[in-house]
Amino acid sequence: MNWSEFFAMGGYALNVWGSYGMAVLVLAFNVLAACRRVKSVRRELEETTRLNQAESE
Amino acid sequence: MLFHQYASPKIFYALAGTLIPWFAVVTLALLGYGLYQGLFVAPPDYQQGESVRIMFVHVPAAWMSMFVYMVMASAGAIGLIWNMRLADMAATAAAPIGASFTLLALVTGSLWGKPMWGTWWAWDARLTSELLLFFLYLGFMALQAAIDEPRRAARAGALLALVGVVNIPVIHFSVQWWNTLHQPASVSSINKIGTPAIHPSMLAPLLIMAVFFATVLLMRMRAEILHRERHTGWVAELVKP
Repeated sequence: MNWSEFFAMGGYALNVWGSYGMAVLVLAFNVLAACRRVKSVRRELEETTRLNQAESE
Repeated sequence: MLFHQYASPKIFYALAGTLIPWFAVVTLALLGYGLYQGLFVAPPDYQQGESVRIMFVHVPAAWMSMFVYMVMASAGAIGLIWNMRLADMAATAAAPIGASFTLLALVTGSLWGKPMWGTWWAWDARLTSELLLFFLYLGFMALQAAIDEPRRAARAGALLALVGVVNIPVIHFSVQWWNTLHQPASVSSINKIGTPAIHPSMLAPLLIMAVFFATVLLMRMRAEILHRERHTGWVAELVKP
């Protein structure tokens, strides 16, 4: 198979690669956003635990 | 009894933590297979040419956009009726994932529509109702973000999600009810006996997106559990430095 032919996608390169690119973006966004949410919740929790401890000491 | 046990946020948190790596591995393996099949193995269509490859992203994304909405609305209803916290958290966690699938369906549809229909967008029934679905997701997220008290936020969100369910059959049947630019369903739950419910080429990409959805849903639910249960002893124990 010819690679330049493969990337040309029979003249629909922009549409096909745009679609697959968008799919990759959506997958990556979901994973990153979920990780960020986990991190921010944990940070917030650690913050409150620290404050509570400081208060009780 | 067993069901009730898994509905406990503490037990679900641990269970989800065990499941996530397995789901992630399955997603990655399937994704590799699916990309190879979709980009290299599948033959070009006799009418659409290579642009048919867009369908392997578009159809499952559109199907998932509706499926995730039903998951979100059902979880919201369970939370509303049985006052189950875990269900509320599932609804909240599902919304941004569903919104992203809807956006993907809209963008890939547009990228396919330009060369095939000659237009990026048309205000036809299928496209408009799918756009409305996107706004329903955004509305759900904005509403929940605007209410500080978690119980009230969950109730308000669930009500909005349930009212929005009316849009799902409209999307599904729009291609039959109205004379639209959009073609008939590739994936159908309601059909005559003997005809496949799903076009076989769409099965693999649909499965990939479903497993992916399960993975990120569990990840987001874990964050929601920690957030909503932050005043409980077990969470304090968990984050203890």
